[in-house]
Amino acid sequence: MLRIPCPHCGERDETEFRYRGDAGKARPAGDADIAAFATYVYERDNPLGWHVEWWMHVAGCRKLLKLVRHTLSHEIHAVLAPDAEPPFPPREQGR
Amino acid sequence: MVIVGGGGHGLATAYYLATRHGITDVAVVEKGAIGLGNVGRNTTFIRSNYFHPDNIRFYEFSLQLWENLERSLNFNAMVSQRGTLNLFHTEAQRDLFARRANQMRLLGVDAEALGRDAVKALVPLIDLDNGRYPVLGGFLQPRGGTVRHDAVAWGYARGASEAGVDIIEDCEVTGITRSGARVTGVETTRGSIGAETVCLAVAGHSSRLASMAGVTLPIETHVLQAFVTEAVKPVLDVVLTYGPSHFYVSQSDKGGLVYGGALDGYNTYGQRGTLPMAEELAACAVTLMPGLARLKVLRQWGGVMDMTMDGSPLITQTPVDGLILNGGWCYGGFKAIPAGGVTTAHLIAHGSSHPLAAHLGLGRFAAGRTVDERGVGPFPWTH
Ligand SMILES: Cc1cc2nc3c(=O)[nH]c(=O)nc-3n(C[C@H](O)[C@H](O)[C@H](O)COP(=O)(O)OP(=O)(O)OC[C@H]3O[C@@H](n4cnc5c(N)ncnc54)[C@H](O)[C@@H]3O)c2cc1C
Ligand SMILES: [Zn+2]
Repeated sequence: MLRIPCPHCGERDETEFRYRGDAGKARPAGDADIAAFATYVYERDNPLGWHVEWWMHVAGCRKLLKLVRHTLSHEIHAVLAPDAEPPFPPREQGR
Repeated sequence: MVIVGGGGHGLATAYYLATRHGITDVAVVEKGAIGLGNVGRNTTFIRSNYFHPDNIRFYEFSLQLWENLERSLNFNAMVSQRGTLNLFHTEAQRDLFARRANQMRLLGVDAEALGRDAVKALVPLIDLDNGRYPVLGGFLQPRGGTVRHDAVAWGYARGASEAGVDIIEDCEVTGITRSGARVTGVETTRGSIGAETVCLAVAGHSSRLASMAGVTLPIETHVLQAFVTEAVKPVLDVVLTYGPSHFYVSQSDKGGLVYGGALDGYNTYGQRGTLPMAEELAACAVTLMPGLARLKVLRQWGGVMDMTMDGSPLITQTPVDGLILNGGWCYGGFKAIPAGGVTTAHLIAHGSSHPLAAHLGLGRFAAGRTVDERGVGPFPWTH
């Protein structure tokens, strides 16, 4: 069970939230080619390690949050506003 | 050539390369022991009840291979066609399942509609009027069923080994070497191996292996859990799925009730699983068959899987010459092992897709031809 510290509501169980995917993708300009859009829509880095991702607090404040979470240990490094720049993730420990 | 991953797909590919194409200069390189990945972690259901015609043809081909597998391998995989029954609980759900069943029947695949009485006769323990979502009926694929998963890995491994394939365990691939746009081999924890062709068959780890060759895939890795109860006398003689949530259950030949459901909901490489899903699935089990509340759950585990952006697998060439990918199996790749092996071996031997797997290429995403059974879009945790 993840406990996610929502900046608006405090620390809550993961069951109050919905994962909404990779937050590291930048939407290409409107006149970009098909390949750029295909990359944006379909390709994912899918790292084993730190991942910047969207979560929605659906059963709380209903705000969109940007998390920095480790995809193996599930440690949450930061919970941010959607437009915040993610801090540089902590150094990988042992892997 | 090198096949990375000694799971069902890697071993089946090696077996068919050797037996159907006479290609035996093959090493299957496995980081642990064969059969301990998802091939040994799944709930063992086989079926071909899909909606997309290309998927029906592919999975039906696989089901037909299962029907003859034990004879071909001379290995008892306990293939048991006890049937797969999908329950429906609303009229809209009935219409969706009927559309799928009609599509299957048009292609010559078995599908039958059952009313409430027939469901009750087949599953005496069921509570048809459970709480909020009474069972209205079900759709049965009589030829669906279960297979002893470990035996699949061992049977293909023995067959491939006898035909001349080398299977190297405790050997993790840590790098993929290239010369320009061509693959030249792999680096492993036990040294490097030169190869003109490298086939990735690493289930939940496809993104990591592909990134070693500079390729990014349309995949996110997610965990799926499975649960087994203590053993009881025979109480359930069909693979049963429950409509209001994502839940499926069967009884193993040892007597335990084997059940599972949906993904935990967020991407992870942790092969563990979390408690909210354990609670949800236990609730489904006792809603559907209240008698199950008296059973203890003895074992639980998780497996990490490639979830693709359209929920369908990848049997494909990649932007790197000589690098072949068998992956993206989501949580349906066990039933596909025989067909995945035949079609991946064909792709390696001929350099072009097998006609039954031509729709499973990487190019489908940019081309706008995704194979999305339920039309939910590029949200892998919802497939
Ligand atoms: C809980 C659960 C239930 C499921 N239920 C079903 C079901 O009922 N029906 C169904 O059809 N499907 C089901 N599936 C899906 C199915 O198990 C998988 O899609 C399928 O087994 C994946 O293919 P595989 O057998 O080749 O994978 P695996 O057996 O996982 O093989 C991949 C192998 O690659 C190895 N590997 C990874 N990285 C490296 C490396 N760097 N170097 C060397 N080797 C490496 C791994 O150790 C592993 O042995 C389920 C999956 C899970 C987790
Ligand atoms: Zn909140």
